[in-house]
Amino acid sequence: MSVCLAVAGLSGCSNIEPWVKPYERDRLADPIMFFDRDPVSSAYTHHVYEAREGARGGLGSAGGGCGCN
Amino acid sequence: MRRFILCLTVLGSFAWVSGTQAAVLAEDRADALYHRYDGGGVTIDGPSLLVRKKVAKSVSVSANYYVDSISSASIDVVTTASPYSEKRTEMSVGADYLYDSTIFSAGYKNSDESDYTANSAYFGISQDLFGALTNISMGYSRGWDDVGRNGDSAFSEDVERHGYRLGISQIVTRNLLLGMTLETITDEGFLNNPYRSVRYLDSESEKGYSYQSEIYPKTRTSTAVSVRGRYRLPYRAAVHTEYRYFDDTWGVGAHTAELGYTQPVWGRWMLDLSYRFYTQTAADFYSDLFSRENAQNYMARDKELSDFDSYTLGVGLSYEILPDGWRFFDKGNLSLKYNYIYFDYDNFRDLRDDGDAPGQEPLYNFSANVLQFFFSVWF
Repeated sequence: MSVCLAVAGLSGCSNIEPWVKPYERDRLADPIMFFDRDPVSSAYTHHVYEAREGARGGLGSAGGGCGCN
Repeated sequence: MRRFILCLTVLGSFAWVSGTQAAVLAEDRADALYHRYDGGGVTIDGPSLLVRKKVAKSVSVSANYYVDSISSASIDVVTTASPYSEKRTEMSVGADYLYDSTIFSAGYKNSDESDYTANSAYFGISQDLFGALTNISMGYSRGWDDVGRNGDSAFSEDVERHGYRLGISQIVTRNLLLGMTLETITDEGFLNNPYRSVRYLDSESEKGYSYQSEIYPKTRTSTAVSVRGRYRLPYRAAVHTEYRYFDDTWGVGAHTAELGYTQPVWGRWMLDLSYRFYTQTAADFYSDLFSRENAQNYMARDKELSDFDSYTLGVGLSYEILPDGWRFFDKGNLSLKYNYIYFDYDNFRDLRDDGDAPGQEPLYNFSANVLQFFFSVWF
């Protein structure tokens, strides 16, 4: 419930004028700009490291941010 | 073995973040991957199949089947046990639901091998803000594992795990994306490897030392914070970087840094180059050689909890095989990735040579070759 309220509250800020217009995001829409271009590969790579290191979590992209489509 | 499971459970708990574009469902796509890891006396290979498909205008589902075929004669196995072979099978399903500028995600994963079963479920939410310049995401995962020990049917333990994740990504300019992630994971239960031992000085032993079972705390809480960026160069290429700080209640602290470069070449080829550095401090209860039997309440000699550094050199090459599509496929790629990883331990010693006095053996190091070959189609 609190999560939904937080999201709803933040949505109210969505009328802020974006300084990078949607039509200016063509470069960001290129696959070379994806944080995670091949999920099947990055999942395996993270697994290789996490099996051999003491650290865990925190890596990988958290959402995109492109908003290209 | 358990080590592989535990880690994948944590990682898999948050699988939804991997393919999520802000307020846009991921593309319909299928990947078939063959992976092979060879290093330190351990060989692991197998397939991974991942399919993602929209089943309605606002719903996308995914499924993954993954296998590790393990053949191990690692330094731990050589010095304290016998080489073994094992197979681990993992299956996961997930779904994303898009509502306006919000994506709700949920999923379940199961991993199974002869002595360890891991389950995890997750729920996440991702929201676009400020004209989709900003995306925030948050998620919760829960894991529950059953720990066994081959050859000991009476041994049965369990682990419960909770994970919390908060992420933000930001379009900064026409060429720059930034992201940040905070993730906390808590474990409770049987957290050590039931096969692994610590060694302690023993004057009555011929070698000067003996072994006893590891004893770990029953709880662990870790926090990781990472920042990453991706910058589009004036020509069609990109550089990316990522840094992570990690800390846990066992005393392990780690830094991870990565730098990479992506460059389309020769028309339909894509080249990826990367360098990754990792360093960590040992757990408070780690020692390569304890002073006596039962020297502490908690004792570990797991090299993954020791002081060590590692670096990775990576190269990848992809080829677009269906640039104009074919039948119901929009495009297809063939990709090959190779990583060379070097591990250098600061307080984990190589006991394979009996000639040295206890505690004077050479420090251990090894390198690994990691290969991925995969075929991807979009439809």
